[in-house]
Amino acid sequence: MRIKFKLNGRKVELDVPPGRRLLDLLREDLGLTGTKEGCGEGECGACAVIVDGKLRLSCLTTAIQVDGKEVLTVEGLARDGKLHPIQEALVETAGLQCGFCTPGFVMAAYALLLENPRPTREEVRAWLSGNLCRCTGYEKIVDAVLLAAEWLRNRDG
Amino acid sequence: MEVVAERKRTSVVGKNVRKVDGVVLVCGRPKFTLDVDLPGTLVGKILHSPHAHAEIVSIDTSKAEALPGVACILHHGNVERIPYTTAGQGWPEPSPYDSFLFDRKVRFVGDRVAAVAAESEEVAEEALRLIRVEYKVLPAVFSPEEALADGAPVIHDEEDATGIHDAQHNIAAAVDIPVGDIERGFSESDVVVEATCEIPYSQHTPIEPHCTVAYFDEEGRLVIRTSTQVPFHVRRIVARALGLPMERIRVIKPRIGGGFGTKQEIVLEDVAAALALRTGRPVVMVYTREEEFVCARTRHPMRVRVKLGAKKDGTLHAIEMEATSNTGAYGAHALTVLSNVGSKTLPLYNKAPHLHFHGKAVYTNLPVAGAYRGYGATQGYFALEVAMDELAERLGMDPIELRLKNHIRAGETSPIFEKIGEGREGKPMVVRSCALEECLKVGAERIGWYEKRSRRRREGRWAYGVGMACAMQGSGITGIDMGAATILMNEDGSFRLLVGATDLGTGSDTILAQIAAEVLGVPVERIVVYSSDTDLTPFDVGAYASSTTYVSGTAVLKAAEEVRRQILEVAAGMLEEPPEDLELSGEQVVSKKTGKSVSLSEVGHQATYVVDQHQIAATASFVPPESPPPFTAFFCEVAVDTETGVVRVQRFVAAADCGVPIHPKLAEGQLEGAIVQGIGHALTEELLFSDKGRCLNANLFDYKIPSSLDVPHIEVVLVKSEEPTGPFGAKSIAEVGINGPLPAISNAIYHAVGVRLKRAPFTPERVLAALHRDG
Repeated sequence: MRIKFKLNGRKVELDVPPGRRLLDLLREDLGLTGTKEGCGEGECGACAVIVDGKLRLSCLTTAIQVDGKEVLTVEGLARDGKLHPIQEALVETAGLQCGFCTPGFVMAAYALLLENPRPTREEVRAWLSGNLCRCTGYEKIVDAVLLAAEWLRNRDG
Repeated sequence: MEVVAERKRTSVVGKNVRKVDGVVLVCGRPKFTLDVDLPGTLVGKILHSPHAHAEIVSIDTSKAEALPGVACILHHGNVERIPYTTAGQGWPEPSPYDSFLFDRKVRFVGDRVAAVAAESEEVAEEALRLIRVEYKVLPAVFSPEEALADGAPVIHDEEDATGIHDAQHNIAAAVDIPVGDIERGFSESDVVVEATCEIPYSQHTPIEPHCTVAYFDEEGRLVIRTSTQVPFHVRRIVARALGLPMERIRVIKPRIGGGFGTKQEIVLEDVAAALALRTGRPVVMVYTREEEFVCARTRHPMRVRVKLGAKKDGTLHAIEMEATSNTGAYGAHALTVLSNVGSKTLPLYNKAPHLHFHGKAVYTNLPVAGAYRGYGATQGYFALEVAMDELAERLGMDPIELRLKNHIRAGETSPIFEKIGEGREGKPMVVRSCALEECLKVGAERIGWYEKRSRRRREGRWAYGVGMACAMQGSGITGIDMGAATILMNEDGSFRLLVGATDLGTGSDTILAQIAAEVLGVPVERIVVYSSDTDLTPFDVGAYASSTTYVSGTAVLKAAEEVRRQILEVAAGMLEEPPEDLELSGEQVVSKKTGKSVSLSEVGHQATYVVDQHQIAATASFVPPESPPPFTAFFCEVAVDTETGVVRVQRFVAAADCGVPIHPKLAEGQLEGAIVQGIGHALTEELLFSDKGRCLNANLFDYKIPSSLDVPHIEVVLVKSEEPTGPFGAKSIAEVGINGPLPAISNAIYHAVGVRLKRAPFTPERVLAALHRDG
């Protein structure tokens, strides 16, 4: 089936079998390996991407579902060689260890701050509960999201 | 975070520099094992046993082989039979050689029967369904008690296994370490208490499951790109398992998505390599999440009984510890995890003259246990620290006072250091740094111990309590494990740091670069780190036993000091001054006498192109003569719902002495992550099995690891000490944090509701049952 969508700001048009997962389309067909597979059953959040501004799990989304939509992956966040504030904040707080779950957390935090630019610590914890991290204990990831929210508010005034 | 007290002036060490791989990781750029795509790659899949214990009578692969797209099927009938261990330990491994690439027998539900390589995952899976296996089902045992009973089926009855303690009785390993006279010790004690605590099957659950790609380079050498903590052990063990000369194998560790011990094990590399060799094509293998739970490795489930005898004033006089470990179907790490139950716990309370540590690691027809962060110490501390809490109560002492009375101090030793080593005798050792006293003080203040301890709070059905525990670990394996590092200077004054050490998310690439940068007087950005490639980097045992900072870090320090010496020598010629008058800092060599200077770039160009041309470089190795323990005091506050049995950890405070933290934030991260895994052990994590030995909850929905909503704010304090034998005063931090949550939470529940939880995890059902029984 032929689909057209916007991927990280660029138009993409290609043929995919109807059952193909968005995750495989991104990783295998388009070479965007930043999005990770941790469980393949929607539990870990490592494969999270943004579809039309909403957080979606690419392991449970078929490729054909993004036809006509805008998809944002971790590769599309940094602009002109400059990290997105969420990415910058994760580096700043050491909110990552192995980095395997990190792309999913980056996208989840991005979706949160789109919806709620002033989250409380508890709101960040609740929002991120769909993403599993086994390394950090979450403390410094939560710190990073709050820091990024502050930076974004200051930047956007 | 805070670091208590000031340290010596350093410009890179002790600073929260950017993680060297941080920027690329947040962009999703680094290539993990599966992020490469080699043309013509086959997909490898394993056929697992449906039975807990059975002989394979016959395997018929004809239908599967006839399926278009199937390249190869391997099973016991068409591979060489070579015994080995999957435990990635130093040679000779102290684990029994009781595993085979494929065996005639299966020993747990999920054991390997056969492997397929096919053009696609779908074809491989279809081929697995077409393999016909006839089994002769044997009686199975699912607990150490059953396995030890008279007439129990013998799990390892093969004649060619070696290193099993007593195969006829299913005993993989046993220890018996007496010190003094334990019976006299108890009879001379004023108070004696006993606690038996039990830990079930739990799994590491790295977010990236085990995965590996085996392929051939231009010269036909086998390359194994794999998610491992132990690349050099993978090379050695795969060479043995497949009968290949070691020089024909190269192991590359790319970015790794977490390990925590389960990737200290060769579970896919041998199969992928065998399939690649048979087909001559690249083979990729990855465990599904279900396979990761069942077929990778788990923590050793264990029952530990601790009996303490003390004098009226609280001084411990006798400690007996008995461990019954379930190693599952194979004996990976059976002896060493068992040994660690005592060797990493008993020295903490070194005042008792009478000790007895004994135990067995027993085979059962359940999944294979292996290395897991804490490595037996976690199991030991659960029982020891619950028993200490009970002893404090019996003595009418504050639990902190009891610890202060008994814990080891700098300048002291324990006979256990010498008695128990890595599967053999250990080495005597004096503890040279210990800030546990300060950790206890700082932690108690932070949680509000004395105020909260003096009264139990109750609000409706919720009861509140505080509890505490202490723990130590080690820093590497004394006299056995070796790490090496090579540093080369480029002509522009930058450096390449090549280490065998394995960063699996721990941040070791960063802290090793910090150590080198500190010595070489450059910022971390001037050091390019390349780690863990058996063709390109020097040897290192890998990432386990809390060794990287201390062992590999010392190797880096030594290599950097030699490179600095070489730099000063070249600069001395350029400045016409003796090397001892020169100093290296800020990318300059400066004369302390005349103030004249040359830049590192000038030195590099001089040595590379101008005079007496040579490569400025050094390789250094380090084997630790000691294993200095890091110490931690854990405090937590819990709320117990007396109607439902739900336990909520409301606050968790840990004060840790890891010597001088090379990178404080990364050290805190290690501690926070370990504590959250420990909270998972305490509250939710347990693999469940049917009465036929089939795992019932091998997925992340039914096996609950903590999410950000399940854990409280974790407050971590790094309390300074200076380890004189460590690089810049550093000790380890990776494991110690996982030892505290189980006993601290159990003790807090006791404080809240007066019942002791001794079987983990403390689920609502178990808490309610305990409340109805004892409450």
